[in-house]
This record gives sequence, C-alpha cells and structure tokens, in this order.
Amino acid sequence: MFSHKKVERNVILMAILILVTVSIGGLVEIVPLYTVESTIEKVRGVRPYTPLELVGRNIYIREGCYTCHSQMVRPFRDEVERYGPYSLAAESIYDHPFQWGSKRTGPDLARVGGKYSNEWQVVHLADPRAVVPETVMPPYEFLLDRLVKTDDIAEHLKANRAVGVPYSDVMIEAARQDLLAQADPDGDHEALLERYPKAVVGDFDGDPKSLTEMDAMVAYLQILGRMVDFADYTTDDFRQ
Amino acid sequence: MPTKVEKDSITGTETTGHEWDGIKELNTPLPRWWLYILYATIAYSLVYYVLYPTIPGFDGLLDTNNRVALDDKLAVAYERQAVYRDGVAAHTTDEIAGDPELLSFALAGGRSLFADNCAPCHGLGGAGQHGYPALGDDVWLWGGTFDDIETSILYGIRSEHDETRFSEMPAFGADEILPAEEIAAAADFVLSLSGRAEDEAAAAAGAEIYADNCAACHGEAGEGDPSQGAPRINDQIWLYGGERDEIIAQIRKPQHGEMSPWVGRLDPDSIKMLTVYVHSLGGGQP
Repeated sequence: MFSHKKVERNVILMAILILVTVSIGGLVEIVPLYTVESTIEKVRGVRPYTPLELVGRNIYIREGCYTCHSQMVRPFRDEVERYGPYSLAAESIYDHPFQWGSKRTGPDLARVGGKYSNEWQVVHLADPRAVVPETVMPPYEFLLDRLVKTDDIAEHLKANRAVGVPYSDVMIEAARQDLLAQADPDGDHEALLERYPKAVVGDFDGDPKSLTEMDAMVAYLQILGRMVDFADYTTDDFRQ
Repeated sequence: MPTKVEKDSITGTETTGHEWDGIKELNTPLPRWWLYILYATIAYSLVYYVLYPTIPGFDGLLDTNNRVALDDKLAVAYERQAVYRDGVAAHTTDEIAGDPELLSFALAGGRSLFADNCAPCHGLGGAGQHGYPALGDDVWLWGGTFDDIETSILYGIRSEHDETRFSEMPAFGADEILPAEEIAAAADFVLSLSGRAEDEAAAAAGAEIYADNCAACHGEAGEGDPSQGAPRINDQIWLYGGERDEIIAQIRKPQHGEMSPWVGRLDPDSIKMLTVYVHSLGGGQP
C-alpha cells in the first residue's frame, strides 16, 4: 500500500495518482456522452434556422432574453397543460448554445411560435405594457430602429456549420438572399421555404422597406417550437 | 518533519505526525453524526443507482420514465374530472351552456385557458384594447353565436390556416381608389352614422361616396356584416379609434388584425370551454 509519506515525497508518483483520480471523475461524466446519438429522439421536421431566424436568435442572446425566459417545457402536468408538448432534445439539436434556461421571470418560450400575431409580438416587444399592463418586461423599442447587418450573414452560417449544423453550400451561398427575402413581402419565398420549410415569411414589423432587428427577432420567435408536428408521435416514440 | 503519532497532552487528541518548527498538528476526527450522514448518503446513492435510470441503456429496476409518468398523471387528472370532461367532449357548446353543471365546469376551465392564452391580446376578462376586440360587449366582428365564436377560435382570423376567417378592406387612399377629399367626406358621413357629425354639410356630401364604396360591406346604415367580418360602424365601439383622423387613416390604409388558429395547439374540448366562456362574457348571441 502507498504510505502517506511516500506519496508526499515523490512528486512524479503524486502526479500520476492525481491523474488517475481525475480521470475516473472525467470518464464517469464523458463516457455516457458517447451514447448521445441514441438519446436524441428521432423526429421529423427539425431544420437549421433560416438566416433571419439566426440573426433573431443572436439578438435574443445579445439582449439576455434567456435570463428571464426558458425554452424548455418539462414533462410535468402543469407545464404541458399550460405550454403544450414537452420539449425534446431533438428540438435544440441546432442550437449553439441551447436556450433551455434555468429561470422563469417571464413565461417559457419553447412553444411561443404562432401563438400570437406578428403585430402583437412587435407591439409587445416595443412596449410590453401597451398590451399586458401587469408585465415587468423591459421595452425593446430600439429593435425597430436598428438595421440588420446583412453582409456577414454567410459567415454566421459557416460558423454554425463548423460546430455541426448541416447548412449546405447552397444555403450558405444564398444566405444573404434568404435573409432579405424572408421579411420582404415580395421576396422569393418559394426558394426560401424549399430550403427552410415552415419558415414564417412576410413583413414582420410593419415597415417592409427596411430589414430591422425587430423583423429578425419576431421571425425567430414565430418558429420556436413549431418544427415538429406532435400529432404524429406518441410517448412511446420518445422513450429511449 | 514527520514525527511519531502521539497523544497531545493538553487536548488528549492524537497528532497527525507532522511537525513544523516544533508545532505539531492535531488530527481531530470528524464528528460521528457527520460521518454517519456521509455513509448514509453513499448507501442511498447505490440504491438510487440501481432503482432509477442512471446509465444510458439501463432503465433501472423501477422502470420509471418521466414521460410515461406524465401520461399517467394526465390520465389520472382526466379521470378525476371525467364526468364533466366526458360531458364537454360529448356535447356541443350550446348544449354545454344549457346544462348548469357542465356550464360551471366549462366557465371555470375557460377562464383559466383564457388568462393563459387569450388575455395577452384581448385583455383580462376580454376587456379588449386598441387593435384587439373587446369580447365583453355585444358587438361582434365575426358573429357572437356559439358556432361563430368556436369557428373564430379554431381557425383564427387572417391566419395561415386554410379555413381561416378572412376579409380585407381595400386601401382607398394608399391604392388611390378615392381622392383624399372624398375619403374625408366619407369619414364625415361615417361620424354622422353614430350621431357625431362635426360638419353636417360635409357628412351629406359623403353619403353618396359611402353608398357607392362602403355600404356593400358595412351596410347602408353602418350596421356591419359579421358574415364577412365587416365591422359595425354606427356605434361607439372602434377597434382602431373613432376620431375623425383615425377613421380617415383607416379608410386610407386599413389596419387588419390577425389571430392565430388554436386548433392543434389547444385540444377540441379546451376550445369548447373557451367558446362557452367567451360567449358568457357579456354579449353572446343565442
């Protein structure tokens, strides 16, 4: 057996023992991740974000929306009765980082897409108390004035591809075009929807002439939780 | 320098066997109660490890699964209210409203569904606000019978659903259908419909413009037509404001509200309860 004295006086032996101890802890945490492929539910419909949704997501993160809003409906009765079907791991597979969140000052947003009209989202973001008198949410009126930077959008897609989001070469090539088309009432929606099914198109913020951060934000909110059609699945499909 | 482990003469506790400049270190044992709790938690973790799904691929001896457990809980909750919920499922909305027990159940359920889903736009209790119709009055854009309300909730207004209610007023100004002075005259006439004409002569001049362009949908006396979503405009209830300049703005380039379809998001029984609740708010039509 090792004696205290031997370990304390032999720095190499001590280093080896530290390594062994730390590796055990590490392995216990890391090895289960090798099975992650099989723990993600196999559902149809989850796709990478459109360029505009991606910009909206970046704004969501920039403004710290996650500090008050979670994006995960847990499998509890009160949550599914209020928000809808519980969130699946598969639904955040293209989120880098995921926005599950850990605190709800406002409601969960995992299923907010399509719940309210674009117009309501804009009014509510610009001046929350105009429509919900009792809310404590701060106003984000400046989103209406800030224009979306469009020249580097392909780089954003490439960065996401580097961490595993399957943006195709065509998607990256058409990124700027798709970014502009989604919020343009006269844009080429057919090509966009072929690449990104279910995307919400059209002018979001009431100003079709300019592409504002409000357009991006609402486009992102309106797709949340809508990619998977839960009518097609039962609990058994989600059991691993 | 290591020394021998020995009993400290003052405290009676053993030393660790370390000594620095004549100072020795006491080896005070952990309190027993603390140690026993530590051992108990270790033992508990082993039990937990075996009973619950701890390693991928191993479901645990208890075979628990949050998602399956949720189904059971929902089933139990349904069972507890089965006598009412089966009743809601089996009856139409007007039948529910006619049965006092089902009615009180539907109103309670409808109230909480409304607060969760509808109040952000329509206000608590259906008070309504600028751009979002009040539901507590007896003026209905798309009809106030049980069926009308249920259809509106199911498919929404100007929504992406195929069966959505849809209407669109022409932009008389923005699309240059009428010149600005005729729009102003029409607005003056519209004010006169609710007895608020500011300029009788101007209102009279607008009568013909109104009859030619507006009456087909809004009715000759401004009584509206819920079958095509044309608002009544001879009362004091205005979705986008009833002042002269607000009416002119609405004729020039109308704003159109949108409501999401709730079919698919809420189950059919919840939509029935919501219908009964909204119908009860004040102005439900038979």
